[in-house]
Amino acid sequence: MSHDLLVALPIVIPLVTGVIALLFYEQRETQRIISAIGAAALLIAGIALLLEVRAEGILVSDMGGWPAPFGIPFVADLLSAVLVMMTGLIAFTVALYSLATMDPRRESFGFYPLFHILLMGIAGSFLTGDMFNLFVWFEVMLIASFVLIALGGERAQLEGAIKYVALNLISSAILLAAIGLLYGVAGTLNMADLGMKLQDVDEPWLVTAIGMLFLVSFGIKAAIFPMFFWLPASYHTPPIAVTALVAALLSKVGVYALIRAFTLIFTQETGYTHQILLVVAGLTMVTGVLGAVAQYEVRKLLSFHIISQIGYMLVGLAILSPLALAGSIFYIVHNMVTKTNLFLISGAAYRLQGTYELKQLGSLYRYHPYISALFFVSAMALAGMPPFSGFFAKLTLVRGSLEVEHYIIVAVALFTSVLTLFSMTKIWTEGYWTPSEAEENDELPPGVNSWPGWNSQMLAMFVPIIILAALSVGMGIFAQPVISLLIETAEQLLEPSLYIEAVIGDES
Amino acid sequence: MKSLILQTATRSLVAVMLLFSIFLLLRGHDEPGGGFIGGLVGAAAFALYAIAFDVQSARRMLGIRPQMMIAIGLAMAGGAGIISLLASEPYFAHLWYHTEVPGFGEIHLGTFLLFDIGVFLVVIGVTLLVILTLSEE
Repeated sequence: MSHDLLVALPIVIPLVTGVIALLFYEQRETQRIISAIGAAALLIAGIALLLEVRAEGILVSDMGGWPAPFGIPFVADLLSAVLVMMTGLIAFTVALYSLATMDPRRESFGFYPLFHILLMGIAGSFLTGDMFNLFVWFEVMLIASFVLIALGGERAQLEGAIKYVALNLISSAILLAAIGLLYGVAGTLNMADLGMKLQDVDEPWLVTAIGMLFLVSFGIKAAIFPMFFWLPASYHTPPIAVTALVAALLSKVGVYALIRAFTLIFTQETGYTHQILLVVAGLTMVTGVLGAVAQYEVRKLLSFHIISQIGYMLVGLAILSPLALAGSIFYIVHNMVTKTNLFLISGAAYRLQGTYELKQLGSLYRYHPYISALFFVSAMALAGMPPFSGFFAKLTLVRGSLEVEHYIIVAVALFTSVLTLFSMTKIWTEGYWTPSEAEENDELPPGVNSWPGWNSQMLAMFVPIIILAALSVGMGIFAQPVISLLIETAEQLLEPSLYIEAVIGDES
Repeated sequence: MKSLILQTATRSLVAVMLLFSIFLLLRGHDEPGGGFIGGLVGAAAFALYAIAFDVQSARRMLGIRPQMMIAIGLAMAGGAGIISLLASEPYFAHLWYHTEVPGFGEIHLGTFLLFDIGVFLVVIGVTLLVILTLSEE
C-alpha cells in the first residue's frame, strides 16, 4: 500500500463512516452496523500504520501534493502511529459497547456520525505536522465532543457541557494567539520547519514565552494542574460510552500535543521549561488523586483519577530521557486501556444495579463475580500492581527518573500510587463487598442483582470489557516487546532531526 | 407577517440569488468566489423565501432534508480526496481532466470542482438546518 494511503486512512475512514451514517440518518439499525464496521476498520488501519512505520521509519504525506514547509504534511512517526492505533482500539471497543448501552433517542439524534467525526478529529490531531492544522483538528474534535457531551439535553449534561465548552474555548483562544505569535517569530507553522528554525534563535526567551502559552493552552485540554477543574465537572454527566470515549482520548490529545511541542519545537531552554513541566506533573498527580479520595460516585472518582494520571504522562516529558519518556508513553497506552475499561465496567454495573453511587452498589461481588473479577484486573492495573500493565508503565517511569536522579518526583509518584491503590480498594470494598443499606433491609427493587443472561446486548457490553481487560494483563505479561517498541518511540522523539529530515528532506 | 410586496419581490429574487450562487460557485474555480460564499448566497435565497412565505414552503422548495444535503456534500468533498488516494496521489492532490467541447472551447474539470460543490452543499445544508430549525421554535 502506498504511504500516502496509509497515512490518510486513519482520517478518511472515520470521515467516510460518519458521512455514510449521516446519509442513513433515519435508519438507526443501519447506522449501528456502519459505526461498528467503521471503528473496526480504523483499528485495522491503525495497526497497519504502526507496522509500516516501525519497518520503514517516519512516513510523510503532503496533503494536496503541496511540498512541506508550504503545504500541510501529515506525519506518522512512532508516537503518532502508536496513538492512532490506540485510538482505533478504543473506538472499536466503545463502538461495540455503545451498541448495547446507547438509548434510541440519542442514536436518532446523530450519535454515530458525531462519534466518528470526533475520531476523525483525534486521528487528525495525532497525524498533522502543522501547528495551525493542529488547531483546526482540535476544533473538529471539540465541536464533536461538545455535542456528544450535551446530546440528550439532560439538565446535568447541559451544566457540564457549558463548563467544558467555556474552558475549552478559552484554551483555543490562547492557542490561536500563541500560534499567531509563533508565526510572527518564525515565519512558519510547519512543525518540522519550526523545530529547525527555532533551534538557534537570537532571543530564546521570546520563544520560551510563546512555549509557555502553548503549555497553558494544551495544559487546559490535557487537564493539568491548576487547570483541570473543568474535567471532573463535566465528564460524569453524559452516557457512559461517551464518558469512556472522551476520557480515554481527549485529554491524551492534549498530552500528545505537549509531548510533540516540547520535544520538537520548544527545546531552547529545557532547564526552565521542563522544570516547570516537572513541578506541574507532580502537583497534577497529587491533587488529582486527593480529589478522587473524597468522591463516592464512581464516574466522578474515575474522572479525578484521569487528572492524577495525566501527571505521570508528563513526568517523562519533563525529564527528557529515553527511558522516562518511554515510561510516560507506556503510561498513556496503559491508561487508555484501563481507564476506558473501568468506565465501561462501571457502566455495566450501572446496567445491572441501576446506580453509580458506591454506597448503593451493594455487594456486586456476591451476585456478579465475573464483573467483579474484570473490575479487579483493571483496578489493580490502574493502581500499578504487578503483573498488570500499570506496574510496568510505572516501573519504567520510576527507573527512568532514578537514572537521572530526580528523587522527589519518584517519591511523589509512588505516594500517588499508594493513594490510587487506596482509592481503588475503596471502590472494591464499598461497591463490591459491603451490602448496601437497601440490601440489608431487604428493600431491593425487583430486578436488581439478577443476571439477564447472555443475550446479544450483554455480549456487546462484555466483549469490549473482556478485550480491554485481557490487554491490561497482556501488556503486563508481555511487557518486554511493548517496552522495546516504546523506547524506540522515545528515542525517535528525542532525536528531532529524524522528524525534520523526514518532513523537510522530502521535497528534494 | 405576510407582505405582498416582499412576497412578489421574493419570487423573482430567489431565482436571481440561486443563479448568482451557482455563478459564484463556478467562478471560484479560477477567480474569487467558491463553494463557501456561493453556499451562503444560496442559503440566503431559501432563508428569504422562509421569511416572505413560511418555513414549511421553504422546506418544500428545498425538496430535501438539510441533514441529507450535509451528508451528500460531505460525501462529495471527502470523495474528491479519496479519488486522489485511489490514483496513488496524496490525499486531496487535485487531478485535472482537460477536454475540448465543440462550440464552447477547452474546459478543464478537476476533482477540485467536486470538492467545491461538496462545500457548497454543506454550507447550504448547515445554514438552513440552523435557520429553519430556529424559526420553527
